[in-house]
Amino acid sequence: MKIGAPREIFEGENRVALTPDSAVQLQKLGHTCVLEAGAGAKAGFSDETYRKAGVEIVTTAAELYAAADVVVKVRGPEPSEVAMLRQGQTLISFFWPAQNPELLEAAKERGATVVAMDMVPRISRAQKMDALSSMANIAGYRAVIEAGNNFGRFFTGQVTAAGKVPPAKVLIVGAGVAGLAAIGTSTSLGAITLAFDVRPEVAEQIESMGAEFVYLDFSEAQTDGAATGGYAAPSSPEFREAQLKKFRELAPDIDIVITTALIPGRPAPKLWTEDMVQMMKPGSVIVDLAAERGGNCDLTVPDEKIVTENGVTIVGYTDFPSRMAAQASTLYANNIRHMMSDLTPKKDGVVDHNMEDDVIRGATVTKDGAITYPPPPPKVQAIAAQKPKEKAKELTPEEKRAQEVAAFKKQTRDQVLMLAIGGGLILLAGLFAPASFMAHFIVFVLSVYVGVQVIWNVSHSLHTPLMAVTNAISSIIILGALMQIGSGNWLVVILAAASVFMAGINIFGGFMVTRRMLAMFQKS
Amino acid sequence: MEYGFTTAAYVVAAVLFIQSLGGLSGQESAKRAVWYGIVGMALAVAATLVGPGAGNWLISVVMVAAGGAIGWVVAKRVQMTEMPQLVAAMHSLVGLAAVFIGYNTHIELARVAGMDEAARAALHGFAAVVAHKTPVEVSILRVETFLGVFIGAVTFTGSVIAFGKLAGRVDGKAKKLPGGHMLNAGAAVLSLALLLVYLQSGSTLALIVMTLAAFFIGYHLIMGIGGADMPVVVSMLNSYSGWAAAAIGFSLSNDLLIVVGALVGSSGAILSYIMCKAMNRSFVSVILGGFGGTTGPAMEVTGEQIAIDAEGVAAALNDADSVIIIPGYGMAVAQAQQSVSELTRKLRAKGKNVRFAIHPVAGRLPGHMNVLLAEAKVPYDIVLEMDEINEDFPETDVAIVIGSNDIVNPAAQEDPNSPIAGMPVLECWKAKQVFVSKRGQGTGYSGIENPLFYKENTRMFYGDAKKSIDALLPMIE
Repeated sequence: MKIGAPREIFEGENRVALTPDSAVQLQKLGHTCVLEAGAGAKAGFSDETYRKAGVEIVTTAAELYAAADVVVKVRGPEPSEVAMLRQGQTLISFFWPAQNPELLEAAKERGATVVAMDMVPRISRAQKMDALSSMANIAGYRAVIEAGNNFGRFFTGQVTAAGKVPPAKVLIVGAGVAGLAAIGTSTSLGAITLAFDVRPEVAEQIESMGAEFVYLDFSEAQTDGAATGGYAAPSSPEFREAQLKKFRELAPDIDIVITTALIPGRPAPKLWTEDMVQMMKPGSVIVDLAAERGGNCDLTVPDEKIVTENGVTIVGYTDFPSRMAAQASTLYANNIRHMMSDLTPKKDGVVDHNMEDDVIRGATVTKDGAITYPPPPPKVQAIAAQKPKEKAKELTPEEKRAQEVAAFKKQTRDQVLMLAIGGGLILLAGLFAPASFMAHFIVFVLSVYVGVQVIWNVSHSLHTPLMAVTNAISSIIILGALMQIGSGNWLVVILAAASVFMAGINIFGGFMVTRRMLAMFQKS
Repeated sequence: MEYGFTTAAYVVAAVLFIQSLGGLSGQESAKRAVWYGIVGMALAVAATLVGPGAGNWLISVVMVAAGGAIGWVVAKRVQMTEMPQLVAAMHSLVGLAAVFIGYNTHIELARVAGMDEAARAALHGFAAVVAHKTPVEVSILRVETFLGVFIGAVTFTGSVIAFGKLAGRVDGKAKKLPGGHMLNAGAAVLSLALLLVYLQSGSTLALIVMTLAAFFIGYHLIMGIGGADMPVVVSMLNSYSGWAAAAIGFSLSNDLLIVVGALVGSSGAILSYIMCKAMNRSFVSVILGGFGGTTGPAMEVTGEQIAIDAEGVAAALNDADSVIIIPGYGMAVAQAQQSVSELTRKLRAKGKNVRFAIHPVAGRLPGHMNVLLAEAKVPYDIVLEMDEINEDFPETDVAIVIGSNDIVNPAAQEDPNSPIAGMPVLECWKAKQVFVSKRGQGTGYSGIENPLFYKENTRMFYGDAKKSIDALLPMIE
């Protein structure tokens, strides 16, 4: 199959869906690659490097669409691009089928198969092709860098000869992939980082990245993210109020706010209101990663950077990944490459569009002239639902005491019972057996008792030496043979001699090997 | 037999033996404890030679020397990975010796019974002891002899089969003759019947038939147990060899034999108990072989096994601060302990916290892994047992599983229908990353699918354990 990447025609889009590296990987799957001239230029990949990677270069988009069996893109297709698709051709790109029904209809009319990278289900197996996550990761990183660019101070606190510099305080709202990436970047720059998310289960992740989780005094039963495939769900008005109150408390102290809160299929929730912006110090920066969906901040203007009257900069760019085109292209091209490798399971260059596969089924939005969106729910849950933890019942002191007493009584009862049975049996034996036997029997019982007491203390790691040493001393049986060897019967002498011989092997072998083993145990 | 000196020596020897076992509670005191055992043994033998065993010094000394020489050479040459076989082989010797001594007692008994008063009075040594017994005592003697021979015979064939399985000369899989445990039960009932016959008549034939039946039980019992249950088998045989010695001690009226036999017997029994508990199985179910039936369909395993190459593992190890290594039987098979030790040394030299987690039933012998790691000069204070380290996995960057399977199977905790449900396992999947060194895809001894291999943070490092680790070594920097 021929995989072709056209130039992105969307204004300001710098990314490309095929890199020289990913082209090499795709060729290993048995495919050939073709590229529209100059497609990689804005991401820093020249046509020459593509040629070296074995990619064919064509000059126009029309030629490319004609040549390629599979077209890979970053941005969803423009109507003009859809018009170039043909029957049986496959398009792999972001598509947003829910927001673009006309585009979906048009693609269906053309008879093309469309695989939407934004529809890849969020299951572990599909992580390698989850382009939303890889792009969000870049956006999170870039948001901090962008904030730093517009922030007039250091992130990290310093004490210099010229005076003391306080560290910047960064608040990250929404700890999804982008939020966590922003937390990581911000903490590694040295800022004091606070983070908030409506999903309480991410607190641990936030703290693991080195930020402080902002807790709310709110005792509503929170739904965890498992029910919604790991995404946040809309919260109740009361919860929202508690949240905004907390933000108002924080606003005067915070230097940089990065908001990343999105709820699937809805406009972005308004979390940073105008009055909070008023409370912030001049020079503070707000980076709104949700700008494309209306923004988390009231004052955000999508695609623009504005400065409010009180000197707060609000960055509403929507193209953060494109601003890091080289990195973004590399990751996106890898996502595409993984998608292709799932589509060509035999690595023979033939696409097997297996609609039974959860991941492929989920991402495919049109196929064979029919719309296949929305997909049925995946068979595999994104995240296992957290089992409600059973709390150990707090015991009152009286109950504890009662338990202890009961346990003690039970132990006493068991021990007394055991002793009674054991003692009874021995007494019974004593009734019938002669005294000479009982004398030995007492020795036997006491030895078993001593053995049990001693062996329980043997260290676990010395069990093998224990076996070797017990093995050696069990050759004490040699005594029996020695006593018999002086017999007048020749058969007895022979058997006894054989026993002495075997026990001799055991004594020397057993002790020797035990010593060898123990000598090996060394302290560091 | 009035040998005051011998009895005194026996008391000292018994105390020394107890000290010798008690000393095994720590690595350092253990080195001293072996000497207690050696001295105790020397004292016991010497006292016997001076006292009641003074009959035939020449043969005694020659035999001890010859046997000792062989034992010495074998112990010098044996590889640490062959330790399970060696221990099993030695158990078989004790078992056979017990059988021989039991037969001797029987022969003496028959011989003495045929003598007249005058001849009896002229006897000395063991025969004299036998000659002075009352009829009741003779009956008891017969029971004791019979028991000694029975346990000895079971120990003998059982150990021979265990040796064969551990050395790979006999197929390690559990095998049973048609009829299964009924055959064993039949042989046991037959032995019991023969005991009654023997008690009445002292018939040699009954003793011989019983010995054959016991040989069969030993053979068939151990043939039916295999794979991961071998630690229980070996410690069980260890216990039997002790009980055999104790039974012989009764028949010879020798207290030292009884004491030591009881010590060894209870030691083996406790080891078996510990092993069974570590597998969450009852002793009976291990002996009867096979895992208990499942109560429902096993939980479905989803996801895929993701392979990784040496570069990937090395990169993760270079980044990690804390590493836990979980060795299993596969490490012993691949003889990888030296490579693992070298890896540990290199990682520790980088200041990383490297530790070993040992499951009680890892390997084919209780404590097998500890001995192998000690041989490879891994310091014992970083080798920890399950209870000590299980809580540390969540704070660990990398866990490496080398040749173990069932002991790291999360199904034991997550799937109540799993055959190993409830068995304590090492919770390595809680580590940030898990690498599993394994020869290929496939299930472990128990044939249970292992969900660990499908976890998101698990990467499969396929290949021979030794080669895989050796490939890693140059990349650790």
